[in-house]
Amino acid sequence: MNPILAAVGGTIVLAILAIAFGLILSGIDRRVVARMQARVGPPLLQPFTDVRKLLAKQNIIPANAIPWLFNLMPIVALASAITILLYLPFGSFAPVLGEFGDVILVLYLLIIPSLALVIGGFASGSPYATVGAQREMVSMIAYELPLAIAVIAIAWRLMAAGVAEPFLMLTLMQTPVWDVVGPLGILALLILLVMMAWVTPGELSKIPFDSPEAETELAGGILVEYSGRNLGLFTLSQAVKMVAMSAFGIILLLPWNLSPFLGLTGAAAGVADLVFFLLKMLFVVIVSVTVVRTMMARFRITQVVGLYWLVLGGLGALAIILMMADAFLLGVI
Amino acid sequence: MAKKAPYIVPVGPIHPALKEPVHIELTVVGEEVISADFTPGQTHRGIEWMGLSRNPVQIVHLTDRICGICGVTHSLAFARAVEQIADITVPERADYVRVIIAEFERIQSHLLWAGVAAHELGFDTLFYLAWRVREEAMDAIECITGNRVNYDIIQIGGVRRDITEVQHAQIRKCLDSYKELFGKLKNMFLEDAVINSRCKGTGLLSFEKAMAYSTVGPTARASGCTADLRVDYPYAAYGDLALKPIMPTAYGTEVNGDTYDRIVVRVFEIAQSIEIIEECLANMPAGPVLWEEKVAKILAACKKAEGEAVGRHEAPRGECLHYVAMDKAEAPIAWKVKASSYSNLHVWPLILKGAQLADIPIIVASVDPCLSCTDRVAITDADAHKTKIFTKEELTRMSYEKTRRMRA
Repeated sequence: MNPILAAVGGTIVLAILAIAFGLILSGIDRRVVARMQARVGPPLLQPFTDVRKLLAKQNIIPANAIPWLFNLMPIVALASAITILLYLPFGSFAPVLGEFGDVILVLYLLIIPSLALVIGGFASGSPYATVGAQREMVSMIAYELPLAIAVIAIAWRLMAAGVAEPFLMLTLMQTPVWDVVGPLGILALLILLVMMAWVTPGELSKIPFDSPEAETELAGGILVEYSGRNLGLFTLSQAVKMVAMSAFGIILLLPWNLSPFLGLTGAAAGVADLVFFLLKMLFVVIVSVTVVRTMMARFRITQVVGLYWLVLGGLGALAIILMMADAFLLGVI
Repeated sequence: MAKKAPYIVPVGPIHPALKEPVHIELTVVGEEVISADFTPGQTHRGIEWMGLSRNPVQIVHLTDRICGICGVTHSLAFARAVEQIADITVPERADYVRVIIAEFERIQSHLLWAGVAAHELGFDTLFYLAWRVREEAMDAIECITGNRVNYDIIQIGGVRRDITEVQHAQIRKCLDSYKELFGKLKNMFLEDAVINSRCKGTGLLSFEKAMAYSTVGPTARASGCTADLRVDYPYAAYGDLALKPIMPTAYGTEVNGDTYDRIVVRVFEIAQSIEIIEECLANMPAGPVLWEEKVAKILAACKKAEGEAVGRHEAPRGECLHYVAMDKAEAPIAWKVKASSYSNLHVWPLILKGAQLADIPIIVASVDPCLSCTDRVAITDADAHKTKIFTKEELTRMSYEKTRRMRA
């Protein structure tokens, strides 16, 4: 088959599946939060209804906005969120564009949907959106540090262990880093796990890190002027980003597949691994998004920076030192 | 670094952080507020004006509807003013019923506020919890008065309904469940790390400023003023109770006058109210609950009355004051309401200055603003789409002119 055609087909299938799964994830998230707050909560498929309604509603462009930027950004956000997926392996399925980019590229791609939000916020010409956009930039700068530390620590340890191409996503997925490290490395990985659990809600702008949107402070902040189709596209991009971010965390730190344990091969293995992967994503979302946002209040933006840089940055430095000590003790460097 | 230009962030008249319309204008540099101003007058309904063409018994129903939360505050203050003018003695049992319902109102109002405060902080789980447990107070109020919101239990010269033995069981059940819950609520609001870090040291109101701005209620007490009408000028059955104003020291902390202290005061006032209700239930004297059963006789007494009086009540938000003047007529010739929030709102520009933008909602909410009670005068020309706020001089000049017109 023509490789270009395969890539295009893969992208379309992946985009549809990711959007569907992302919306279901956010439906489950809303439902579980509601149950934990002793509410009934919306139906599981409510996000689909919301998006369908948004796409049909009037698309208002404020008089102060820069229309082309304002309208372009939701598309950029959704497109870049889907692009991330092309580089991620799902279960035992290799990434669609695996050979063209590695984990560093994914790190950069993860920034683009947020960046699109920021530009869209500034372009909407509302003081709330401006403040929200400033906060989004600050929190992006804040959570990039622990995220980069986690990626570097893991990839470096794989490289030290002599794994070929340690920065490729497929390598990370196929060579669980837990298998190559010693006891100190396990400790370091547990620290990284905690860090990733805190980075995920930040990356997804969920409470306690939702200060860019802060309903009670900024009336929706960065998204305040968005409506109709544009808001629908942003909602979709958030759903896809939720899939991408949780998948990224799983590939880094929880990469095991089910099929080797069950002794499955062929199509059955692919399906089993994919289902297992999706279950892991659900687990990640519930632990680091749903539970956290149920039990916490919103941080001030200054506190967000303090947490990510000082606390998680410090933990990350500790994790890197432990990793190096581990590699040294095992005699691989 | 170049100095960033300040920009204006409007909050309101309609904003998710505000439960009622008020317009706050913030001048912001980065995330810091450098000055704040506010414009009330967005919910004026002309209730005082309506009152001036009604008799006192009818006005009591109007006062119930001044505020959706303080259902008994305004009625009680108004009834006390009229009772003083008409020289009506309220039966002792009625005084106890009034205190019980007023304290239930304080419980539900503080719980409502606590929920709103949690929501402003982005802590929706706590918001749902507070509002869910508030339902028990609402049920108890419904059991006593028959209504959940506009209680309509106060009458000139007493109360419309007695609290019978049958109702005691439900009221006790409600109080017991609150006593059980109190420790949990206290922990969730006062021990939570994020609430602590967001509320301590924000919205500072010093003792001197709190006095100078004549703040009332929990806002004043959180800054160290021991003002509590129930203690300072006991009325109804409060004189029979050994009360002490709740200060932030109740939680063993220093008086700082910050948002956190305002939470402390309100949370502990819930506990105080539970004790007051229990004591009142146990010590209620027997007897009638109305000075006069027949409304016609109450009206006749009011129609004969002449003079002016001030009725005061310590509402959940602080002192509420009604001034009434009567001149041997069906309707009073003057009726002025000063709601507690009116005294407290003026500290907003003061405590918002220097705050982080993120803390605006909780600081604004920390004085527990109730705007439908507060708003009195707004002149709107609907045809010209203009709203005008009159200055003191203009109002004085206009009243001179009106007097001259009336004399001519």
